[in-house]
Amino acid sequence: MVNSVHWFRKGLRLHDNPALLEAARGAQTLRCVYFLDPWFAGSSNLGVNRWRFLLQSLEDLDSRLRELNSRLFVIRGQPANIFPRLFKEWKINRLTFECDSEPFGKERDAAIKKLASEARVEVIVKISHTLYDLDKIIELNGAQPPLTYKRFQTLVGSMDGPPAPLEALSLELMEGCVTPISDDHQEKYGVPALEELGFDTEGLAPAVWPGGESEALARIKRHLESDLSTVWQEHFERPKPNSRHLLASPLGLSPYLRFGCLSCRLYYSKITELYRRVKQNGTPSISLYDKLLWREFFYTAATNNPRFDRMEGNQICLKIPWERNPEALAKWAEARTGFPWIDAIMTQLKQEGWIHHLSRHAVACFLTRGDLWISWEEGMKVFEELLLDADWSINAGSWMCHSCSSFFQQFFHCYCPVGFGRRIDPNGDFIRRYLPVLREFPAKFIYDPWNAPEEVQRAAKCVVGVDYPKPMVNHAEASRLNIERMRQIYQQLSRYRGLSLLATVPSNHVEDLTVNMNVISGTVRSPGKRRRSNFMAHSHLALPKLPSSYGHRFAVPHHPGPLSRLLGSGTGKREWEAEPEGNHRDPASSALKVQRHSAEDPEGGLPFSL
Amino acid sequence: MKRGRVDVAAKCASFSPSQNKVKRPKTGQSLSTSHSHVQDWGNLPHHVVLHIFQYLSLVDRAKASSVCRCWNDVFHIPELWRRFEFELNQPATSYLRSTHPDLIQQIIKRHAQHLQYVSFKVDSCTESAEAACDILSQLVNCTIKTLGLISTARPSFMDVSQSHFVSALTVVFVNSKSLSSIKIDDTPVDDPSLKVLVANNSDTLKLLKMSSCPHVSPAGILCVADQCHGLRELALNYHLLTDELLLALSSEKHVHLEHLRIDVVSENPGQTQFHTIKRSSWEALIRHSPQVNIVMYFFLYEEEFEPFFRDETPVTHLYFGRAVSKDMLGRIGLNCPRLVELVVCANGLEPLDEELIRIAERCKSLTAIGLGECEVTCSGFMEFVKMCGGRLSQLSIMEEVLIPDNSYSMEQIHSEVSKHLGRIWFPDMMPTW
Repeated sequence: MVNSVHWFRKGLRLHDNPALLEAARGAQTLRCVYFLDPWFAGSSNLGVNRWRFLLQSLEDLDSRLRELNSRLFVIRGQPANIFPRLFKEWKINRLTFECDSEPFGKERDAAIKKLASEARVEVIVKISHTLYDLDKIIELNGAQPPLTYKRFQTLVGSMDGPPAPLEALSLELMEGCVTPISDDHQEKYGVPALEELGFDTEGLAPAVWPGGESEALARIKRHLESDLSTVWQEHFERPKPNSRHLLASPLGLSPYLRFGCLSCRLYYSKITELYRRVKQNGTPSISLYDKLLWREFFYTAATNNPRFDRMEGNQICLKIPWERNPEALAKWAEARTGFPWIDAIMTQLKQEGWIHHLSRHAVACFLTRGDLWISWEEGMKVFEELLLDADWSINAGSWMCHSCSSFFQQFFHCYCPVGFGRRIDPNGDFIRRYLPVLREFPAKFIYDPWNAPEEVQRAAKCVVGVDYPKPMVNHAEASRLNIERMRQIYQQLSRYRGLSLLATVPSNHVEDLTVNMNVISGTVRSPGKRRRSNFMAHSHLALPKLPSSYGHRFAVPHHPGPLSRLLGSGTGKREWEAEPEGNHRDPASSALKVQRHSAEDPEGGLPFSL
Repeated sequence: MKRGRVDVAAKCASFSPSQNKVKRPKTGQSLSTSHSHVQDWGNLPHHVVLHIFQYLSLVDRAKASSVCRCWNDVFHIPELWRRFEFELNQPATSYLRSTHPDLIQQIIKRHAQHLQYVSFKVDSCTESAEAACDILSQLVNCTIKTLGLISTARPSFMDVSQSHFVSALTVVFVNSKSLSSIKIDDTPVDDPSLKVLVANNSDTLKLLKMSSCPHVSPAGILCVADQCHGLRELALNYHLLTDELLLALSSEKHVHLEHLRIDVVSENPGQTQFHTIKRSSWEALIRHSPQVNIVMYFFLYEEEFEPFFRDETPVTHLYFGRAVSKDMLGRIGLNCPRLVELVVCANGLEPLDEELIRIAERCKSLTAIGLGECEVTCSGFMEFVKMCGGRLSQLSIMEEVLIPDNSYSMEQIHSEVSKHLGRIWFPDMMPTW
């Protein structure tokens, strides 16, 4: 007699859910549970979109389970406290759930596994939130997660494709398996309403992104309906963005992937199918799956790094002396920066829970390295609350990217809070939609209303400084200061002392890209190979001398020349002098360098570079 | 444990056989416990402890210094106090810790005269910058060679009262008399303080970084150039750059200039009128210092580029932080033959094909290019890369910059460019999440 419990966390779906199928296989009873910790809900109304999406997804799950003569059991409380009781009460001997790759999820699951084994409950865990087994990717990369997306693409390209999606749980698969449902099920285990969780729903606009597996499947179906070529162009040929792209699309899928209302493997197979139908006889290249692979990349980078969402103690994150400035942060988060492009995006985010990836670049750059010089961790927290698709790994990873704190991003370019939006949407329709106060501004000034002559402001019934805030920073001045700071930080990191700004940018190609040699035609030597050996050599060179918490896996010089010099001849050359400026926070290594310097070259050269 | 001691002692002995004058400890117990009580950690020769200390962080050295008198003596050896970085942050404005006040006091009392390479890193809080000034004004016995005032966030030295800042800075200028490198970007330094600098350090000054110092006038910096003939590196704002300054830097008495960095900044459109530099002044500079690197950072509105690069300009590194017009980029191809690096952060909506190709054709030293928010067709870009070939050691292009056309897809671009560069190359990508 098998009595199963399937534990839903993410993966809120019946299709392609291998752990759920395991729960039903040969079982006499099956109960699907979801733990809701109401403690965290309605404390602030900001996260209302996210909670609504979750509750709608649970509702949908419940109604789909009803079609299988089952129900969803929503349980208030913490799994670790409640599982032991459930095991007993329901005489459970099999527990199934989807593998959670994130560090805290892993920790939580390990504890539950222990509880289960103490209660003699068999535990079955299946991977289905990611395309691949992330541990395999890491193993293939020499036990380290890849640090560049290109490297990741190469690794994944050398592996077998992801498994095909499995069929959904059905009445047939449930044969012989029942869900005991009590009369007071709705009372005890029903999906709560937002109000019950303490949210204020008065005046709440209808959801732009309705949650649930049914909605996700309807959306994926739309991808393959009627106008294939339009869908293709929109989603896979990277069209030049226009104002329409900035709005929520009925084809958008990212929130559904995040909550697992949609299986990433189903999406993967549908992309392939779409490709075959549009391109007839081509072989899809790996970059076709970029949207899914970026997600996978960040999951891989984060899976063994519990401090992935922080600067301190996070080996892959650059230490940048961000300013602590709650007032400026609040202006950004509450759409009061005085830059209509930024404020419109933040308004859209707050109202709808989703913004386009270019919009994310824009507001993230503005908050961090571009203008406000505020820590990416603060921005990440705001996104976590507001953004429907902000999974922990992806959210933190993207913020590190946008703030040039990791993953080898070129830092020389800041998105202009005026010009960037204007290039996408010259007419300013997007701004007018989300900032009605600026609706009557002429297109010429809608991105920089403070430059409009007074009579124009009056005619638009919006005087800057009265009806709409003045810009909170001078972008020219801020970007001048910030680029200089970034340059110093990167210069110290790359240990490059010349004048080239670009030479201080860590290359995104430092990692070996030659897992399979078809990456580049045979006419070229494989410099990737050589670089990799340098990369490895350098990290070995740098790490063992320092306590591991100070070791910086990010510190990869870009220049092959100076690098070989470092490896060959040690210190003494001008390029390698200690530099009192820059921003190395770890006392061990900077002290080391300083002292060595004074020991070997007390005269010093000119320790500041221009 | 015992073995360890013996080994250490043996090694010490081999380090300096002549230095066996280490005093025997007066404690009696070692006679019975060990065959030689000289071999005690506390009795390591000073130079050995010093050598080890040089590999330790300040915190670790401080801990070690409380082990015994000998180690404590070494802790205070001047050689360990040549360089110091004061970090001054307030918890309200920074995530970073500060240098401990006791340590600061100890340095001022015991090691001020040993300091040679000093930097102050301050956060955006005015108090931090004021604290830095307070320390500076106490460094009366110093012989500093290198001084850096660095704002890690907003430039807070600008918020300190000018008199406080200037009087603190001049304490160091007057007392050091051997300053060679000074970095005082974004500070209220003024002409009179530069005069004090020159009066006391003219023979030694080699580097001066003073971008965005609004209280300095062209006359102030000219005075530095006139008197400090050893000046090799200079960073300033464009409004301080004059024909006279370039001529002064090119005088016979002056050493060859190595780096000149010029920031061209305007805060509001149309408010700043930019002067032009005569071609003959640039030529004089290049005649005198043929190898000089001239770096220009532009943060201007498009319409303000009018006065620049009308004539041949010997700039080597160009950075455009804001949108730059096609017209301006076209002039760069015509008038910047020494160009080594070009970074364009943003541009209008038209592709830059022609301009880039012209730059590839005319700027024979170009080895690095970075493009942010611009557009180039794939064919135009390929043409550019073909013309430059392997000399492009840095090629940083955002993926969105490249517009696929009939001749090249993105994949072809990657393999073709890699071929021409002789190394694997990809455009830069941002997450599409």
